[in-house]
Amino acid sequence: MAKEVEVQVLEDVTVRFAGDSGDGMQLTGSQFTSTTALAGNDLSTLPDYPAEIRAPAGTLYGVSGFQLHFSSSDIQTPGDCPDVLIAMNPAALKVNLKDLKKDATIIVNTSAFDVKNLKLAEYAVNPLEDNSLAGYNVIPVALTDLTMKALDEVGITNKEKERCKNFFALGLMYWLYSRNIRPSLEWIEEKFKKNPVMVEANKRALKAGYYYGDNTELFTSRYHVEPAKLPPGTYRNIAGNEACALGFVTASLRAGIPLFLGSYPITPASEILQELSKYKDYGVKVFQAEDEISAICSAIGASYAGALGITTTSGPGLSLKAEAIGLGVMTELPLVIVDVQRGGPSTGLPTKTEQSDLMQAMYGRNGEAPVVVLAAGSPTDCFWLAIEASRIAIKYMTPVILLSDGYIANGSEPLRVPDPEELPEIPVHYRTDPEGFAPYLRDEKLVRPWAIPGTPGLEHRVGGLEKKHIQGVISYDPANHQKMTNIRDQKIKNVVADVPDLIVDGEQEGELLVVGWGSTYGSIKEAITRLRKQGHKVSQAHFKYINPMPKNTADVLKRFKKVLVPELNLGQFANLLRSEYLTPVISYSKVEGLPFKISELELKMTELLGGKHE
Amino acid sequence: MSSEMNTNEEVKYTAKDFSATSDVRWCPGCGDYSILAQMQRVSPDFGIRKDKIVWVSGIGCSSRFPYYMNTYGFHGIHGRAPAIATGVKLANPELTVWVATGDGDLLSIGGNHFIHACRRNIDLKICLFNNRIYGLTKGQYSPTSEKGKKTKSTPYGSVDFPFKPVSVALGAGATFVARSIDRDPKHLQQMMTRAAQHKGTAFIEIFQNCNIFNDGAFSILTEKETKADNVLYLEHGKPMVYGATNNKGIRLDGLNPVLVDLTTGKYSADDCWIHDEFDASPARSYILSQFSELENFPTPVGVFNQQFKSTYDADVEEQIAAVKKMKGEGTLKKLLFGGSTWTVE
Repeated sequence: MAKEVEVQVLEDVTVRFAGDSGDGMQLTGSQFTSTTALAGNDLSTLPDYPAEIRAPAGTLYGVSGFQLHFSSSDIQTPGDCPDVLIAMNPAALKVNLKDLKKDATIIVNTSAFDVKNLKLAEYAVNPLEDNSLAGYNVIPVALTDLTMKALDEVGITNKEKERCKNFFALGLMYWLYSRNIRPSLEWIEEKFKKNPVMVEANKRALKAGYYYGDNTELFTSRYHVEPAKLPPGTYRNIAGNEACALGFVTASLRAGIPLFLGSYPITPASEILQELSKYKDYGVKVFQAEDEISAICSAIGASYAGALGITTTSGPGLSLKAEAIGLGVMTELPLVIVDVQRGGPSTGLPTKTEQSDLMQAMYGRNGEAPVVVLAAGSPTDCFWLAIEASRIAIKYMTPVILLSDGYIANGSEPLRVPDPEELPEIPVHYRTDPEGFAPYLRDEKLVRPWAIPGTPGLEHRVGGLEKKHIQGVISYDPANHQKMTNIRDQKIKNVVADVPDLIVDGEQEGELLVVGWGSTYGSIKEAITRLRKQGHKVSQAHFKYINPMPKNTADVLKRFKKVLVPELNLGQFANLLRSEYLTPVISYSKVEGLPFKISELELKMTELLGGKHE
Repeated sequence: MSSEMNTNEEVKYTAKDFSATSDVRWCPGCGDYSILAQMQRVSPDFGIRKDKIVWVSGIGCSSRFPYYMNTYGFHGIHGRAPAIATGVKLANPELTVWVATGDGDLLSIGGNHFIHACRRNIDLKICLFNNRIYGLTKGQYSPTSEKGKKTKSTPYGSVDFPFKPVSVALGAGATFVARSIDRDPKHLQQMMTRAAQHKGTAFIEIFQNCNIFNDGAFSILTEKETKADNVLYLEHGKPMVYGATNNKGIRLDGLNPVLVDLTTGKYSADDCWIHDEFDASPARSYILSQFSELENFPTPVGVFNQQFKSTYDADVEEQIAAVKKMKGEGTLKKLLFGGSTWTVE
C-alpha cells in the first residue's frame, strides 16, 4: 500500500548520476533526460566521463558522471552544484562530494560500500559511518542487493542481474521526481528486443526501483517540477553533436545538393560521424576515411565534384587537416570543417572540454590562408550554425571552420523545431555556360564559379599552386601572387555582409560588458542574470561569428569602461580582440577541462564592478 | 572495348582533344612525355566524354600530369591524390577518375591512402610513375630506390630496403595490377586501356626514366642489347618465355620459380609456367612481383593479376538506394520532426 507523501513543487533541480564507467551512468542519465524532456521541462545536461572505456571497477579515475539540470523556467547551463547525487559506489561519492550543494541529497548504493571498494576509493573509514556526511541528506539504499532480489526469478546470471542496478536507480529517481516510467519501459523493449529475457530483467529492475520509493519510508517527500514556459512550438531534446548532424542534413536538403562527410573517429566528435551515417535515406554519403587527412581530402574532392563536402574532427585532427584546409583556400571550394574542441595540447584531455583551438582555427595553416570561423554557443546552436556554415561555404566558395566543444557536443537541451520556411535559403549555382568561362573569374563578392566535372566545355584544372588571376593557370608572377593573396583575404572580409550585428544584452553602454564566444554563452548569461537581479549593471555580447567579426564590434567595445572576456583557454579571444581593435580587454581564463561555473563568473564580475559578492 | 564503357553518347576524339593548352614543363628527355603521349593517344578509345574524366594528382613531377590533360583536373597536395580522388568518385560515381602519382607521392607520404584505396576496391585508375628518385626536390632517394643508392640525401648509399610497388598493390588487395615501361609505347598503351576497362582499383606501375637525377635506372630493360634477356612479357595463357630467341623460360616448382634453358632439349616452352592473369591465388602473383629480387631473373611487365569484385563506390550507392527503398526518400519535414518530440502550446 502506497503511503502518503507530500509532493513539493520545485522550480529547478540539478541531479548527478555517478558510478563506475561500466555502470551505465550515461545511459541512466540520458534516459532520465528524455523522460524529463517529454515532461516539458527546460533542461541542460553535462556528461562527464573518463577517457578509459572500462576503467578498473571501483577506482577513483574510473568514475563516470552525468549531470542534468531541469527547470520550469528557461535555463542555460547544466547547473553548478547538484542538489542530488546518486552514488553507485564509494569512489563515485568521493569524486563528486566536493561539487554538491551544502544540504544536497545523496542516494548511496550501500551494497557497494564493502572493504574492497572502500579501499579502492582510498577511504580509511566508511564515510557512511564516520559522520563525515553530516549536513547532507543521506539516503542509504542497497541498490545492488535490492536489484538482485527483484530479479530473483529471472533466468540470467548474477552478473547480468547486478548490471541492471542502474535501472533500479533510475526507477527510484522517477518516483522521487514524479515521472512517468512508461517512456523508459518502451525504450527498454526496443533496445533489447532481440533479447526478451533482458527486456524482462531491466523492466523489472526499473519498476522495482519505482515501487521501492513508493513503499518505503525513506523519503518524506516527492518533488514535482512544472513544465517550462517555453515559446510555443514542437520541441525535441538534442545534444550538440546530433544537432550538428541534423543541421548539415537540413542544409543539404535546403541547398538541393548531396551531403558528403569524410571523417575519422575522434573523441568528442565521433557522434557526428555516427549520426550522419544513419541518414542514408536522405542520400547522405559518409566516408569513414583511413585517417584525418584522407577525411578532409575526400571532402574537398567531393566538393569539387559538386557535393556539400564536410569533415568533422577534434583538435588533434584539426592539426592534421591544416595543409588540406590550405588546399581548400587555394582551390576556393565550399568546405565545412567542424572542430569539436577538447583539452589539449597533443592528446590532452580527450573527453574534457576546452576552447583552446581558436588560434589554430584562425591561423593554423601555412601561408596567408584566411577562412571563415564560426562558434556555436549551445547544443541547439550547433544545429543553426551547421546550416549557416554550409550556407556561407557555398555562397562564398570557401572553407568554413565551425567550432564546437565537448561540453555542448555531449550536453543536450530542447530544440524548438523550426518550420521549413524559417530556414535560410541556400542557393547553389553550378556554372554551366562555357561562354566566357574561366576558373577564377570573380563576381562582385570576389567569388569564383563552381564548375563541376561532368559539365561539357568547362574542363579546367585547379590545385594548390598559385593561380593566375581569372585564367586560373599556374602563375609564379610576383604581382599576381600579391593580387591573389589580397583577393583571398578580401573575399573572407566580404563575408561580413552576411554577419549580423553583435547584440548587446542589457544596457547598451556603461560599466561592464562581458564578451564571450562559443559554449560559454549559457554560463555567462546565467551569471549576468543573477547579478542583474541583485541590481548590478552588466551587459553581455556573445560572438558566433569569429572571422569575420560583426561590423559593429569596435563600436560596441568602445561603449563600455570595462570589457571582460571569459574563455576556456589562456586568453586567445581576448588577444584577438586586442590585436584587432586595440582595446584593453580583461581576460578571465580557465583550463580545467570543465565549463565555467556560474558562481566563478559571478565572483569575477562582482570584483570588476568593485562590489561585494552577495 | 567493353560494352559498359560506351554509356556516354557517341564521341569522336583525337589525341589532340586531350591535350591541354598549358606548356608542358617537364625536363627535356623526361620519361613523363611518353606517358602523357600514350595517355592522350588511348584516351579517345575509352569512349568517354572528356568532361566526365577527372585526373587527380599529388605533388611531384608526375603530379603535373593533370595540367596537360584537357579533362577536369585536380592537382592536390603531397600524397593525398587517392583521398581526393575517392571523394570525387563517391560524390559522382559517373565520373571516370584517374590518379597520376610518383614513387614518393604514392608510396612514401601517401602510402596509407594508397593501400586503403586498394583495400576498398574503389573504381580509381592509379598510374604510378616510378623513377626511383625524388626529382622535383632535386635528387634524394625514394622508397623504391635500390639499397645502397647514392643520392644527395644518401651520400654514402641508402641503407634501407625498397618497396616493390606491385607487391604492395597485390598485398593491399588491388583488383587490377600491371606494370609497363615509358620506353615501350605500345605496351604502355595496352596497359592503360586495360586499366581503363577495369572496374575497381586499377594500378599500373610505369617505369619512368628521370634523365636528370636517375638516368638509366631502367636502361637494362629498355636498351636493345639487354632488353630481351631482362624483360618478361606476361601474357595470359602463354608460357613464361623470354630471351632474344625465346631461349629462356621459367618453371614453377611448388612455390619456387626456376630459370630454365630452353635450348638444351630438356625443357620446352610447354614445360614453363603458364601465366594466369585471373589467378585467384595472390601467392603466385606475388611470386611474380618479386622476380627482380632474384638473381638473373627477368623483370615481368604486363598484367600481374585481375579480379572482379564489387566496387566500393557502387556498393555505397546500392546501400543508399536500399535504405531509401526501406524508409522512403527523406524530406525536410520528416527530418526535423523525427525522433521524440513534445509540444508547448
